[in-house]
Amino acid sequence: MAKESKQRSTVLQGTLDMMILKTLLYGPAHGHQIGKHIQRATNEFLQMQHGSLYPALHRLEKKGWVVSKWETAPDRNREFKYYRLTDKGKKQLVVEESQWKQMAEAVARVMWPAAKES
Amino acid sequence: MRWWRRKQRDEELARELQCDLELEEEEQRERGFSGEEARFAAVRAFGNPTLIREQTRAVWTWNWLERLVRDLKYGARTLWRSPSFSIVSVLVMALGIGATTSLFTIVRAVLLRPLPFRDPGNLVMLYEHYRQNTGGDGFNAVAPGDYRDWRSQTHSFEDMAAMRGYGGIISGVRSEFPEVVQSAGGSANLFSLLGVSPVFGRTFTEAEDQPEGQPVVLLTWSIFQRRFGGDPSIVGKQVHLDTIPTTVIGVLPSWFTYPDSKIQFWLPYAQTFSPGDYGMHDGHQSMVVARLKPGVSAAVATREVSALQYRIHVANASKPVAEDVWFRPMIDDLAKNVRTPLLVLLGAVGCMLLIACLNLTNLLVARSATRRREVAVRGALGGSRVVLICEQMTESLLICLAGGGFGLLLSLASTYWLAAHWRNLPRAESVHVDGWVLTFTLALVVAAALLAGLVPAISSTGKGLLSGLRDSSRTVGGSGSRARLRKTMLAAEIALTVVLLISAGLLFKSFLHLRTTDLGCRIDHVITMKFGLPEIQYDTREKVVRFHESLLERVRRLPGVRGAGLVSVPPGAGPSGDKTFSILERPAPGYSLQYDAIALTADPQYFSVMQIPLLRGRVFTERERLTNDHYLIVNKRFVDQYLPGDDPVGKHVRVGWDTKPEVYEILGEVGDTVNDITKPVPPTMYFPILSGIPDRTSEATIVAVTSADPLTMSMPIQRQISALEPELPVYNALTMDQILGKTSASQGFAANLVLAFAALSLLLAAVGLYGVLSYLTTQRTPDIGLRIAVGAQRSQLLRLVLFEGLRPALIGLIFGVAASALATQLLRSMLYGTQPLDPAAFAGAAAMLMAVAVLACLIPAWRASRIDPIQALRTE
Repeated sequence: MAKESKQRSTVLQGTLDMMILKTLLYGPAHGHQIGKHIQRATNEFLQMQHGSLYPALHRLEKKGWVVSKWETAPDRNREFKYYRLTDKGKKQLVVEESQWKQMAEAVARVMWPAAKES
Repeated sequence: MRWWRRKQRDEELARELQCDLELEEEEQRERGFSGEEARFAAVRAFGNPTLIREQTRAVWTWNWLERLVRDLKYGARTLWRSPSFSIVSVLVMALGIGATTSLFTIVRAVLLRPLPFRDPGNLVMLYEHYRQNTGGDGFNAVAPGDYRDWRSQTHSFEDMAAMRGYGGIISGVRSEFPEVVQSAGGSANLFSLLGVSPVFGRTFTEAEDQPEGQPVVLLTWSIFQRRFGGDPSIVGKQVHLDTIPTTVIGVLPSWFTYPDSKIQFWLPYAQTFSPGDYGMHDGHQSMVVARLKPGVSAAVATREVSALQYRIHVANASKPVAEDVWFRPMIDDLAKNVRTPLLVLLGAVGCMLLIACLNLTNLLVARSATRRREVAVRGALGGSRVVLICEQMTESLLICLAGGGFGLLLSLASTYWLAAHWRNLPRAESVHVDGWVLTFTLALVVAAALLAGLVPAISSTGKGLLSGLRDSSRTVGGSGSRARLRKTMLAAEIALTVVLLISAGLLFKSFLHLRTTDLGCRIDHVITMKFGLPEIQYDTREKVVRFHESLLERVRRLPGVRGAGLVSVPPGAGPSGDKTFSILERPAPGYSLQYDAIALTADPQYFSVMQIPLLRGRVFTERERLTNDHYLIVNKRFVDQYLPGDDPVGKHVRVGWDTKPEVYEILGEVGDTVNDITKPVPPTMYFPILSGIPDRTSEATIVAVTSADPLTMSMPIQRQISALEPELPVYNALTMDQILGKTSASQGFAANLVLAFAALSLLLAAVGLYGVLSYLTTQRTPDIGLRIAVGAQRSQLLRLVLFEGLRPALIGLIFGVAASALATQLLRSMLYGTQPLDPAAFAGAAAMLMAVAVLACLIPAWRASRIDPIQALRTE
């Protein structure tokens, strides 16, 4: 499956965790929902790859930023594994968000210096 | 994540993925795809669930361990399925790793581990060096006078101390239990300079370190334990050394076995000399150890001593006094004789290990080829290449681990055997397995596993997956590159084997040369026995002669003895003392041609008993005895070197004895006898032993020719000696055969070991060749069948397959011979009477290798030519 490696790079390294945490800020969700949300929110710009989504979810859970629980979905009569943000995860999100903002601004200042001044 | 919850966790993950996949499928259906299409679309969008599962699992902590355990399980199962392959591989690796570990253990103890002294890096040995020196390595023993001048007049070293080998008879205070042992003389400052303090008592004082100082002795731990039962109260008591009452002043620690473990006690250095000799500049026997001042290099420090030595040389122009001083670090000095043999053996076992690895590689490549399709299928299903390589590596890792384990056990046993059987191995007692050795073995195992496993693993996972899947058993060309890889490795293996074979051949030839050296005298049915008359009782010529003559008479009368003679040192027994002299009729042109010859003493019948031919003049008679002793006999080498083209008989020789020079008349010339088979015959002078001069003739060896087995006569002769002098100990009761064996033993030891390694390597190479060729032939069965079907002759096929196998052998042979031409130069110092490029050894090794290669190829070739074409073509 050599093809997938091309698409995997579409999600910037390190941003996936942050986006997952942000998504969960709106309420608990299961894996599929998280993936779909990120995809839709970016106007399908980011092709969510499950190959990186699930490892990321499990990594976040291990760090204690999210917890998971099998729950019945409200619209379907079926159980899904719902992920929920913890307090620790919320703090982490703030940290990552501010870091990302600084990073993005710094990059922007290099890329478009004139636009910033005006 | 607790590992025991792993299974539950795994199921949960599968369920989670399954749920989400179904959800995806539903969504696709909502978009209007039909059932089947929706499922495929979902999987396409979702990705490979198995792969995702694996990647997710990688987040879990215990994953790598799990994978390792699984790989090991698979590896062990694969190996279990072909036990003969596994056992052979493990044994081969065990041999390779074991032998390499053993040699490394010894090399580490002997060459690498620092000496157990204080600050050993600053210790150097000082030697005298003659500018005219032709033989030897240029490092000559030091005269006591030179050492004393160096120590008192130079200041470039922190301090220097002297020591010398010595002998002696130790006995109790009533002369009971006499025992001949090796001892050494050490200057008063020697032990403090080395940083050795005695366990009990003290070391020598400067006052005791005088030629006529108070007789004192320091015991080494070994005699302290053995003879005195480890009782510290011996310190302060007396023992008899050479019948002189001597006070024991201390006991040295058990680890102090310098310069070798045979030394039983130490005397003050100066007391091993007579007062007249202690200041001499022309008698060389001492070793000088010096400690460097901090920050001063050995070369700079030695320069000052060397300058002083040159002044001593000038002041003693008529005597053999060296011009220069050379130094050598103490650790190199101790290992000088074993360094090359050790490194050669280490190289040999290294080659053997490499061959074993290559062989294992070859076998694994063959096995991986049969699993190629399995690997391709797994790759196509998403198995990552790293995982697949790791899995294949575990197999070689398992083999190497098992081999390493066995090898370590093997080396534990063999290392001590090696250290014990290696004659004159310095620091043999410090050989032991430690953490470093274990680390080395582990590194060896890992390196061997990588070497043997990586190539087949990469080559079998590397090529395009599709070609692997497409491959059918019919394809012949598909595995071409793999066959080439194997042939290259085979050629390397054979080249290494050739190097080993040629080295072994050279060493063995040199050893045979030593064994068959013509000593210049009779060897069969000769027993020799050494004794030394105590000079206190035997203090006059008459007493010594009376003993010698009555002993000869008694031994000659013994039934079974056909003749007996006396000599100071028998042929083949190693070096003996030399004397400088001048020939009155032919004065030396100057000091640069210092005349020097071995000085022996012999009785009139010695030459006829030992069948040493008389070339000119006559040998001694009973008349040359007591004070009528100014006659000597010289050997052929003496005449060739100092009186070429002249008749030696009647010439006069002035010999510089300790006291004053004396003039001797040459009575005759006899044939050469070898005293050290690894060295050329030196010029030799025989003085009459019947002069009875106590100092020169009281130590003698009786040689007796027997009609039966000479060893059976050892006791009867010994009884005759004790009948004359009950407390006189006898030592070195050896037959001439034994003397010869002893001197060539260490050469034979190394030669036999290298030969054994070479034979093993040859066997391995043959197995490798056979394995590769059988595999290739099996692979080509359909092809060969086709050829037969269209009319190929069986002899043609035989030639085809034979040539295919012999080509890598030939290439390996050529490279091996070229490499040997370089490698054998390193052996030069170990070869006697054999050139490093000895054509016989090269041709012999090449012929042997080709013969084995042809044999190994013949079986598969013959099998190929017997292939039934119908059967072969049907095979698919």
